[in-house]
Amino acid sequence: VGKTTVDEDVLDELEDVLISSDVGVETTVKIIKRIEARVARDKYMGTDELDTILREEIAGLLSDSTGTAITERADFELPADKKPYVIMVVGVNGVGKTTTIGKLASQFHKRGKKVVLGAGDTFRAAAVDQLKLWGDRVGVPVISHGMNTDPSAVAYDAVKKATEMGADVVIIDTAGRLHTKVNLMNELSKIKRVMQKFIPDAPHEVLLVLDGSTGQNAFIQATEFTRVTDVTALAITKLDGTAKGGVVIGISDQFRIPVKYIGVGEKIDDLQTFDKMEFVDSFFKK
Amino acid sequence: MFENLQNKLDKAFKTLKGQGRITEINVAATIKEVRRALTDADVNYKVAKDVTDRVKQKALDRKVLIAVEPGQLFVKIVQEELTDLMGSEAKPINLKGDPAIILIAGLQGSGKTTFSGKLAAYIKKQGKNVLLVAADIYRPAAIDQLKVLGEQVGVEVFAEPDNKNAVSIVTNALAHAKRTNKKVVIVDTAGRLAVDEVMMQEIEDVKKALNPSETLFVVDSMTGQDAVNTAKTFNDRLDFDGVVLTKLDGDSRGGAALSIRAVVNKPIKFMSTGEKMDALDIFYPDRMASRILGM
Ligand SMILES: Nc1nc2c(ncn2[C@@H]2O[C@H](COP(=O)(O)OP(=O)(O)OP(=O)(O)O)[C@@H](O)[C@H]2O)c(=O)[nH]1
Ligand SMILES: Nc1nc2c(ncn2[C@@H]2O[C@H](COP(=O)(O)OP(=O)(O)OP(=O)(O)O)[C@@H](O)[C@H]2O)c(=O)[nH]1
Ligand SMILES: [K+]
Ligand SMILES: [Mg+2]
Ligand SMILES: [Mg+2]
Repeated sequence: VGKTTVDEDVLDELEDVLISSDVGVETTVKIIKRIEARVARDKYMGTDELDTILREEIAGLLSDSTGTAITERADFELPADKKPYVIMVVGVNGVGKTTTIGKLASQFHKRGKKVVLGAGDTFRAAAVDQLKLWGDRVGVPVISHGMNTDPSAVAYDAVKKATEMGADVVIIDTAGRLHTKVNLMNELSKIKRVMQKFIPDAPHEVLLVLDGSTGQNAFIQATEFTRVTDVTALAITKLDGTAKGGVVIGISDQFRIPVKYIGVGEKIDDLQTFDKMEFVDSFFKK
Repeated sequence: MFENLQNKLDKAFKTLKGQGRITEINVAATIKEVRRALTDADVNYKVAKDVTDRVKQKALDRKVLIAVEPGQLFVKIVQEELTDLMGSEAKPINLKGDPAIILIAGLQGSGKTTFSGKLAAYIKKQGKNVLLVAADIYRPAAIDQLKVLGEQVGVEVFAEPDNKNAVSIVTNALAHAKRTNKKVVIVDTAGRLAVDEVMMQEIEDVKKALNPSETLFVVDSMTGQDAVNTAKTFNDRLDFDGVVLTKLDGDSRGGAALSIRAVVNKPIKFMSTGEKMDALDIFYPDRMASRILGM
């Protein structure tokens, strides 16, 4: 005899798993309601089926597409019609922007692409040195004006030089900034505008980096960075620890922004393309 | 958030009063709202449950339901509970020893190097001769970063760029500090994950070599549910003396502060409130309680 309701215990346990993965109360409630509705419709029978339903429902919230063509391609590949493809990397302090740029540059470089980096963090101590070391590691040029210079000018120069050099992709680093700092957030819009003087549809990708151990504040980060820069993709870092990064489910769902990359360590190869099912499964692993 | 919660509670209590059925069961519903608010503020869900269980008991003891403003009293009880939990008053840093040694540890990107610079400035202001030590041998340009900050605050930075052994670096640094008559030594270390056994062993060894008067665990205030795991492991390995909460110039609720305190029972000593070298505050539990509650 099939059951039409899920055991309270099972749902409580599920709630604990989701909440402890930083999914957040609202998204957790949403997921549980969807499961209850599915169970009522499909007549849930056993735990295995419930497991499948659960994974499907969660994965369903994770966005596939921003509705623009650029996300339709396989990851670590670049669209043929945009050369150089301009990626601007943004996020709050210390999430892993510069490291992700280094790793991403390596992936493109390995695939035979010509990569240029732009040292747009001219503020944080030794930020330019850090990016330059990554450039050396990968073996790609870094365009820099040094510390305490105008980041927009660096970005402009980077896209210009990348074009002249016939580069396939240029990745612009930016200083970490908390989304509550109005001036710094406006600076991002400016960096974008200035690049557009050279390449009108640049940046083709705005990658928002989120730290996988961040809790519900990531939601506000996504809201605010999206507001000033039209974020097109997400990267979640530091998933090599015990943090699960579940807040990204609600973010991806609400903003319809796909997660493209995950950071799983500090080394050059510790960047992977995002796999929904693996991500969801990680919540249930001990 | 908490204004919302207070409104909700006020409403809930009004309804209850109207119904004239004020019971323990009714309190449970409002308790659930509080728990939800705490979880939204990134308080660990188990800690939130413990807290609200105690709040519930206090609310019943203090007859919140027959109070004139039950919502307000309820909120007050919650705030008191959080403040108590976080340690009631500010705990100063321990600068005993000659030199006093302060070891800084934590996850990647939490704000250790920035805090090291700030702490050096803070102690230097007290007229003490400080040495900063660059013991992060992994992160690209970690030494340069500390050197820039050292220069900004006018404090010498000890570094051995070619030495790939953190224990040996800090041992040499200590000898240098004694030779140059430094009163306080602040050791910046690489970020590490609690699950990284090699790196956790390294920091344990560094601590052994230094025998610090103060080991501080630096945590990003935006940290979510995982804060308890990390804090617990770092505390198991290092038995740290205090916590530094960073990036409080943003709008994170900072529930991790409460979770960590509840799980490892170590005081939060400093709050980092910006990228500049003077953006440092000592920690006030009552302010943090209000912040978590969004008041
Ligand atoms: N374990 C782990 N550490 C990471 C990962 N990504 C970055 N990190 C580390 O996190 C720290 C901060 O990384 P950065 O790349 O400097 O971060 P950022 O966002 O550029 O920082 P700011 O420019 O200061 O805002 C460094 O110690 C990195 O090595 C990751 O996926 N896993
Ligand atoms: N807004 C703000 N930014 C901060 C604060 N503390 C540190 N930061 C920034 O956070 C980022 C990371 O800080 P670091 O001091 O490099 O962190 P770390 O823990 O030494 O990082 P690793 O050595 O890579 O593990 C930098 O961009 C800092 O400027 C703070 O209180 N507020
Ligand atoms: K993980
Ligand atoms: Mg950076
Ligand atoms: Mg550091």
